[in-house]
Amino acid sequence: MGNRVAVIGAGITKFVRRAQETPPELAWAAASQALDNAGMTLDDIDCVIHGTAPDAFDGVHMKAEYLSAGSGGWGKPYTRTYVGGGTGVFAPIHSWMHLASGKFKTALVVCEEKMSSCQPHPQGAFITIFDHTTERALGPNLLWIFALEQHRYMSVHGIKNEQIALASVKNKHNARGHPSAQIGGELTVEEVLDSEILAYPVHRLMVSPTSDGAAAVVMAVEDVAKAQTGQPVWLEGVGWALDTAYWTNRDLYYPRYVEKAAWMAYEMAGIKKPTEEIDFAEPYDPFAYKELHHLEGLQLAPKGGAPKLLADGYFNRDGKLPSCPSGGLLGVGNPIAAAGMMKICELFWQLRGEAGERQIQKPLRRGVAQAWGDLMQVGTVVVMGT
Amino acid sequence: MKEPKLGTGLSSRDFFESGRFFTVSYEVRAEYAWDTGPAIGRYLEELKAGRIMGRRCTKCNRVFVPPRAFCELCFRPADDWVPLEDTGTINTFSRCYITWDMQKLTSPEIPAVIEIDGATPGHGIMHMIGGVDPDEIKVGMKVKAVWKPESEREGAITDIKYWKPVS
Amino acid sequence: MRVASNRNYTAWEGKIPVGWRYTAGLAGQEFLQALKDRGEILGSRCERCEKVYVPASIFCERCFAELNKHEPVKSEGEVVTFAICHRDLEGNPLDPPRVAAAVRLDGATSVLVHNGLGDPAKWKIGARAKVKLAANRTGSILDIEGFELV
Repeated sequence: MGNRVAVIGAGITKFVRRAQETPPELAWAAASQALDNAGMTLDDIDCVIHGTAPDAFDGVHMKAEYLSAGSGGWGKPYTRTYVGGGTGVFAPIHSWMHLASGKFKTALVVCEEKMSSCQPHPQGAFITIFDHTTERALGPNLLWIFALEQHRYMSVHGIKNEQIALASVKNKHNARGHPSAQIGGELTVEEVLDSEILAYPVHRLMVSPTSDGAAAVVMAVEDVAKAQTGQPVWLEGVGWALDTAYWTNRDLYYPRYVEKAAWMAYEMAGIKKPTEEIDFAEPYDPFAYKELHHLEGLQLAPKGGAPKLLADGYFNRDGKLPSCPSGGLLGVGNPIAAAGMMKICELFWQLRGEAGERQIQKPLRRGVAQAWGDLMQVGTVVVMGT
Repeated sequence: MKEPKLGTGLSSRDFFESGRFFTVSYEVRAEYAWDTGPAIGRYLEELKAGRIMGRRCTKCNRVFVPPRAFCELCFRPADDWVPLEDTGTINTFSRCYITWDMQKLTSPEIPAVIEIDGATPGHGIMHMIGGVDPDEIKVGMKVKAVWKPESEREGAITDIKYWKPVS
Repeated sequence: MRVASNRNYTAWEGKIPVGWRYTAGLAGQEFLQALKDRGEILGSRCERCEKVYVPASIFCERCFAELNKHEPVKSEGEVVTFAICHRDLEGNPLDPPRVAAAVRLDGATSVLVHNGLGDPAKWKIGARAKVKLAANRTGSILDIEGFELV
């Protein structure tokens, strides 16, 4: 499958509700830190991939051009990649294509989002994902779609909301060890369920915040990676897939697109039994139920079985298969594309034993990161290993 | 990992009010006229007449709604128009207490996915539930469309006011 | 939202209800503060690349070095290029026409684009121009009224 490709450096900003920095300043902070971490300068980089979600968040049309200076795009082959919320995990896949093909030897991959610019609320941009004629006339808001999906997932499997709330508790706890975290903390299931109901069954503390931030990695082909570091972390598998955008015509209880993307990545990585061959996971968790939903799509729990495993401690940082050891979007924050890239960074740090107080204590050989987006029907998956 | 680099948080006051940090505000005039296309155009016309119409693909034998000119699975033109019932089943629903710009609602809006009778099972539309105590709504309930009076219909998805559970 | 044509239902009208509030950023904050308080145009020097960015920047886009030396450049420089605009954004005639001027201030590598003041017919590439400050300064790029020919 082409040249072997590794991540050799990572960088990140703090994730905050409102950043003083401009978007290019945020991008530069993460990108320059990733370069320092890889022991490289911009001169060593052959191509640059930028991942960022809708232009309407930062409020700059053709945002990739605006961000190019801060992303290190000056004078280089520079591309923006965008698959909605799936962007942060797709950007390294895009980079993998550039490197595995043999076209380039090194790549800087930068993801940035500044949602605080968008007034009165970023949902003003989000609501246009509903069909303008057949859906927006009803006055929808973005929460509807998540609430409808969570409720379908719960009703098909008979899942209780306290089982879902536990994902918020776990991730906000995990995020306490993340120096970038926006809203880590110690909560109880009761506190989550006592928080305001935004759209039943979604409570406020089951939702990730709006955030500003950036994250970046440096990637390289095998000879460069080995020359540069004794601890390259390899991209062993990549996959991505899409379901129909006619979202009311498919069953929301299960993410088929994640399953398809996961098997694509697992096949490339030579994984046949995911629960036995993957040591930890960073599934996309913009909402508490999404972590469980995605763990099932990733084949790391049986359909409808993730809530029980969560309650058993299976997905805790000291469990059999830690999930979101970073603290996830629920705890670290959700600057859309940068949040997915934060998960790639977490695989890198965990697999190198550099995750500090978040470090999973059992030996780690392999992890999987996943993100999700568009109108709830894109899955992007990356398997990384030592 | 090192300490994160930058990401300087501003308080709401510093961002909006204090004047200590320079900001620029901008309103865009983002106004559009979105073409319905022939399939949704006909759908709206039929709604005005009090009918819900779907489309059939004879290759996969699906009858789907909202109607479209082509079958996105078989990637071929859809074949014919199919009149559907104005009854259906609640596939999933929510009770939403906030607006898109995070203003609170005292009485919830009840969006739902409603599987339409006459369409292939599992094929529905997003619409609203009404005429019932929000706490009594259940997934799997049968519902019927409550139409606006004919004189008030304008060829819009809102020509159906909401869907009401039927016993 | 409403249907534009009630006969054929050909188009559905609506809008995207967003506006934005942009922060000036770390470098932008210093740039605007200097402009507001002292009427100075702040640039940032990259010693390695021998470039001076105007407005100020916290990084060099060529070598990615962190720039923390922000110093004022001169308020006068050379007209690099300009355009004479005869229509506004909506396509309406502008009378008199309006000059958009790109001026490389002395000491800067990059050019600053702003209003070209005075008679449009007098503008020439290569001419000297200087910053004219606004009477009331609030910490905005409009604290500069424009460039006037020297």
